[in-house]
Order: sequence, then C-alpha cells, then structure tokens
Amino acid sequence: MRRFWILLFTLVVIGGVSRSTLAEESTTAFVGAKIIPIVGDEIERGVLIVKGGKIVEVRATDDRKFADGTEVVDVSGKVLMPGIICTHSHIGGVGGGDGSGPLHPEVRIYDAINVRSSGFRRAVAGGLTTLNIMPGSGHLLSGQTVYVKLREARTIEDMFIMLKDGRIAGGMKMANGTNSQRGKPFPGTRGKSASLVREMFVAAQEYRDKLAKAGDDEKKRPDRDLGKEFLIEVLEGRRVVHHHTHRNDDIITVLRLANEFGFRVVLHHVSEGWMVADEIAEAGAPCSILIIDSPGGKIEARNLIFETGAILEKAGVLTAFHTDDWITDSRVFLRMAALGVRAGMSRQKALEALTMAGAKILELDDRIGSLEPNKDADFVVLDGDPFSVYTKVLQTYVEGEKVFDRSDPEDHLHAVGGFGAGHDQEPYLCCREHEDD
Amino acid sequence: MNRFLAGILVLALAALVSTDATAAEVAVRAKTIYTMEGDPITDGVVVIRDGKIAAVGAAGSVNIPSDAKVYDAEIVTPGLIDTHATVGLTGILNQKQDQDQLEHSEPIQPQLRAIDAYNAHDPLVAWVRQFGVTTVHTGHAPGELVSGQTMIIKTRGNTVNDGLVRETAAVAVTLAKSARKHGDKSPGTRGKMMSMLREALIETQTYMRKRESDDPEKKADRDFKKEVLASVLRKEVPLMVTAHRANDIANAFRLAKEFDFRLILDGAAESHLMIDEIKAAGVPVILHPMMARYYGDLENASMETAAILRDAGILVGMQSGFEGYVPKTRVVLFEAAIAAANGLGLEGALRTITIDAAKILEIDDRVGSIAVGKDGDLAFFDGDPFEYTTHCVGVLIDGQFEPGETYKQID
Repeated sequence: MRRFWILLFTLVVIGGVSRSTLAEESTTAFVGAKIIPIVGDEIERGVLIVKGGKIVEVRATDDRKFADGTEVVDVSGKVLMPGIICTHSHIGGVGGGDGSGPLHPEVRIYDAINVRSSGFRRAVAGGLTTLNIMPGSGHLLSGQTVYVKLREARTIEDMFIMLKDGRIAGGMKMANGTNSQRGKPFPGTRGKSASLVREMFVAAQEYRDKLAKAGDDEKKRPDRDLGKEFLIEVLEGRRVVHHHTHRNDDIITVLRLANEFGFRVVLHHVSEGWMVADEIAEAGAPCSILIIDSPGGKIEARNLIFETGAILEKAGVLTAFHTDDWITDSRVFLRMAALGVRAGMSRQKALEALTMAGAKILELDDRIGSLEPNKDADFVVLDGDPFSVYTKVLQTYVEGEKVFDRSDPEDHLHAVGGFGAGHDQEPYLCCREHEDD
Repeated sequence: MNRFLAGILVLALAALVSTDATAAEVAVRAKTIYTMEGDPITDGVVVIRDGKIAAVGAAGSVNIPSDAKVYDAEIVTPGLIDTHATVGLTGILNQKQDQDQLEHSEPIQPQLRAIDAYNAHDPLVAWVRQFGVTTVHTGHAPGELVSGQTMIIKTRGNTVNDGLVRETAAVAVTLAKSARKHGDKSPGTRGKMMSMLREALIETQTYMRKRESDDPEKKADRDFKKEVLASVLRKEVPLMVTAHRANDIANAFRLAKEFDFRLILDGAAESHLMIDEIKAAGVPVILHPMMARYYGDLENASMETAAILRDAGILVGMQSGFEGYVPKTRVVLFEAAIAAANGLGLEGALRTITIDAAKILEIDDRVGSIAVGKDGDLAFFDGDPFEYTTHCVGVLIDGQFEPGETYKQID
C-alpha cells in the first residue's frame, strides 16, 4: 500500500512537471569535446556540467569523476560553444508600426510574433538561442523590441526573458536615413527626420516632468500616454534604443540625438561605420553589424564592406553580428563571423561577436554569452570548427533543454530545407515596395 | 608642340602595348591545380600563351618559358562561371535608372537583347570577379513571362564588346509567381501563362511559314519578337525556363514537348521532387542560389538539392540568380560552398561553377576546365576555395591578371 502511494506520488510529480523542471532535477555532463568558452582560453578536451538549466562547471581537463546520478553524454571530437545570440532579427512574421505615422513607441513587437513560424526552427538549426526580435526600419520609431530565448513555446510568453524589475526584456527600435523617408506624415528629409524625433523626446521629457511634479497627487497627474510611458524608460536609460543607421553622417546624427536626450543606443548595420569608427568608439556606442554578400541596394548601403568588423575591432568598439533574418538566413549565421575573419577580424573577437558581445549589447551578459558557471546552459554542439563551411550544428540547447537535434528527421528538414520545411509567413523585407517607387 | 607631345604619347602607348604583347606568356605554379579534367595535379604548372592555355601538368613535366610572367598560388581552379546572373544589368543601386534586368511594359518581349543593357563598369561586375568569377551568363531576369535575352561575357573589359562569348545565350522565360500580374493584367494565373506562351509560339510557327512564302503578298513582314522565338523553335537558342514549383517544372516539360525547343531548367527549387521527369526530359538544371530566401515558390528548397541532382546523373550549374532587394548580386563561389558542405563535396561543387556550368551553357570548348587550347582563365586561392576564411587572391582572364579580394589593411 505504501508503495502504491509512492508510485502515485511519483506519477503525479512527473506527469505534472514540464520538461524544463525535469532538467532542473538532473545533472548532465558533456564530456570529451573541445570547449570554446569565449571567456577564457579554448579547452582542447573538457567537460561541461549542466544542472537545473544552468552551467555548474566547466572543466579544462578530461576528468570524468562526477557526483552520483550524473548523466554522462559523450561528445568526444565535437566542439561546444555558447548559444549564439542575434541582436537583430525579424523572424516570427513580425509587423511593428503601421503606415499611419513615423513614430510608434506604444507598439510592442511581441504582440505580433507567431511562435509557430518555421523561422524559429531554422534559427535553432543555426545554433541561435537568444534573439532580439525587432519591428522594421521603415519608421523613425517602429516600436518596442523583445529579447527572447528560443525555448519550445506555445505562446510568446514562453520565450520571454524577465528582468529583475519584472519587465519583459526588450529595447526600442529606431531608424534614420532613407527607409523612413516618404510622403506625409513621414519625413521627406534627414533634417525633418531628426526634428520629428527631437519633438517626440521633448514631449516625453515634459510628460515625465509633469508626472514627477504631480508625485502621488492623482488629480495633478496627466492622463496616461502609452507611448510616452515607454519613451520615459528610454530617457531614463532603462530601455536601450536599437538604431538602424547606415550612412556616416546618419550615424553621427544618432550619436548627437543620444547625447542630447541621454538615451543609450546600439548602432545597427552601420554600413559606413568604418568611416567614423573613432567617433563611434569615443561615444562608447556598441555596434550590431551584418555582412551581405555584395554592397548596394539602397544608396546608403553602397559602401558596405566586409572589413567593418575588423575596423570597429581595431577602434575598440563593442561589436556583435546580426542576421537581420530574412535579410540573411539564421541557419548560416556562423558564416557571417567567419567572413569577418576573412576580412581581418581576430578569431576571438569574431566569436565574441556571435556570443558575448551580443549578450552585453542586450545587457544579459550575467546570464548568457559564455560558458561559465551560473550562466544559463545555452550551448551549441558542432562537429568541427565554428568557422569552417563544412561544420554542422549538431545540437542546440537552451537552458539545458535540447531544442534542436540534427539527427532528428524533422529538425534535419528545417536545417537543410526540403518538402514541408516551407515558410508559413511572408518575409519582412523592410521597405521594398517603397524603394520601387 | 602639341603635336609633338601627342606623338610621344602615342609612342609611349605603343611601347606599353608591345611590352604587354611580349609578356604574352604567363606561367602559374600551384600546390594544387583542379583542372576539372581528371584528378587534381599536385605541384603543377599551367602555361598560357597568347591568352590560351598552352600546357598544363606536374612541375618538371612542363617547361616554364624563361620570359614568362610567373604567378605562384596555393590552389588554382579554372576561372569560375556564374551559370545565371544579372550582373551588369542589375546595377548596384535599387533605383529604376540603375535596374535594367526587367522591362515591365509587356509580358512577352524576347527581342530585348542583353548586350544593349550591359554595363561593363558596374561595380558588381568587379565585385564577383574578385571572388574568382571570370565568365557570367547574364541578362534579363526572371520576373516577366518572357523577359528577354541573356548573353555570356567575361568579367573583364571596357565595353560589352570586350570578352563577349555569346551575344544571345538564351531567351529567359518565367513560369513562377514572380511573373504573375495582379488585377486586370495578364498573365494572372498559371493557366494564362501557359496559354500566352503557346499562343506566342504558335504565332511564331505561322510567321516562320509565312516568311518562307515566295508570294510577296503572303510573305510576312519582319517581326522582331517572332524572329527571336523562331530561333528558339529552330533550336538555335535555348529557352531558359525559371520554374520552382513541381507543377511549374511539369509545365515547362509539357511546353518543351509540344514545341520541341532546347530547354534549360532554371531555379528549380522543387527539382528534388522531379528527378524522374528531369532525367526523362534530359535537361540540365541551373539551380537556385543555396542561400536564396526559402519562401514563396522556394519554400520547399533544399541545400541538398544539388547533391540529389548530381547523384541522379543530372547536369547541375550553380547560379547567383536575381535579387530584387539585397544582396544586389550573390556570389557563386559562396553559393557553391553551401552545396559543397551539403553533399556535393569540394570537387562536386567546383564542377557546378566550372566544367558543368560550361557544358550547360555550351561553352566548354573555351572555358570551364584547365586544358590545352582553352582560354587562359584561372582563379587563384590561398586555401580550399570554399572555406569561409580562404581568399581568392587573383584571376587570369585570357591570360590577363586581375586582382582578387582586397581588404583594407588594419594594422
């Protein structure tokens, strides 16, 4: 009878917990692989120990003594590196602000994400574990971005990263240059673009001051203004601005506005960032960049070069790569950093640009970006060097859970394509129709 | 005095030219030469005389002429061939004035010649050349039912007349979503696409008969469009049909069967579903770029298709294709690399941008492999050509050197 109760209890517990809770209870050791921890030297043959979705130990030797009950996974001959972070992605069929105006601070991108989009399956096939999903660049301010973990998800809430203050992690997407220039009420010139942004921030400052002045007096408080509430987070440095900007002078304009209003900014794309690398470094602004296989398209991307990463590295700028997915394919994201090396980046900084730099840019470097104790067990198992074309992502883990396994036929289908891997969403391609005008 | 100066200038120029002419012999020494005519040669030498390959073989077996200009390289391959591009027509900027690959005024315009729209100085031509591409099959893009003609040209030259290999290589047909119109314009459906093509070809058959008439009353006036389509029906020029969906590929075969033209299948994202039909039709495939966006007509595309087709004995060429947005051109070296890593392997993938590309385009008598008598087109690499961190360090086109990838030096 007692055994019956134990059995029943066990069934209830096991049946009632999610896969991630199970992971919390077991310890797993990945042994024999080359480990690229990002922070610290590469380990020729090491051990990664994971428990409760966290990394508990990284051994620089092949010492295989473990606590009782440890599950041992032999990954000899493989390469382990931290889960890859993309600081600028558009997967999930996202749509941000609409055509009604150029400024949409109240719009939340996470209200527009389909977690069943096959884009997420391709992202984990590329070894990605954390994304900054953003609305497009066709507006001066197209809405709030969201940082997500690529956990298996039924709703977007399952992917959220929660901050200590209870907020959902994310930034604010802004853009300047040609994408947001069109007919009224959009700006027609760069001068008008900057003035609309300044007007918006000045109004937010005044709103903030009114709120402060009213204090606890309900009667004196201004009516709620959804957009301005989020702009206050930006003004107070609690929400980072992710700013699309290409041309050298547009980059300087972003830095000027950031300086005027005191917001913290990450410069995205920076096709001509190599022309003003010292100015970017001096401003202390990090960059999120991409390599496209040829320059051009829009006029401001005419001078895009493969060396941007190398030049920013030399200038001392914190630099991460991003997929801009639909623009480049998450499945081959490792390739972009390898091309950075091709054009002069150091191996270490190129690896960081896929991991730790992104973690810092998203201000999640206490949780992700390297293989270190107490960090989330987000990692990738590769069958070779991360920068070889012949290397495959074999497995991807998020918080200790395997979210991709190339040996699984369905996962393989998403990794290489084929019948049934089809997209369920039309891609975001910025202002394609607009450009054709 | 001015005349004197001009005279000196002419002499100086003549001297330059003659220096060039005496350096007509070029030799290349390499650790590995992929000739694409059998096994790679270790420690090999290629000698080029007057722009043509004069000798190739192992070091020691090939004599390097004493006055030859000598290049050393780690890896040498034939100059790469982009089996289907739009460079030179799609300018670097997404502005109408810089985009000549698609004319939208009518859906059927086979008379549009690529040679009338090719800008040899567009930066994208030099861009692909620095990655080893020495020959491009370029021209009117997919996106209209019959968008126009394509041509084949070397990536070195001052005008379209320099290095032109073939003035009309194919007539480009699109049986894909990109050629479909909205609203009251035709073609709006697959059925209409096929009926419009059949009508055009049947009218061409009628035209051909009427042109042969001895009766001046019955003899048809010259018709630009129909003359081009007549050359297709006479099998002088192939139809390159861009079709991705299996049913669109089937439509291309149905059309080819009815009108008996030479067919090249292009794009072909779902060709992995149509292996038997492609083999039965005996046509080659110019496959979509491996890193094309897998959505819409390409939602079932696969990085393994090139290997699947090769394994079935189907001739495959790799293309850079056409992008309406970015990148303004893809690079076949990069696209073939993905195929190399997904089943084709180094030499298999190299074939898709050298000898097999040349066979598909029927220019393998001149380019595509390193063999005596062929054009002196080579590409130099400092490692496995497909590795991401390898560089193309230069090319020879008809024996003339052009630099490879050059990156700003960051000390």
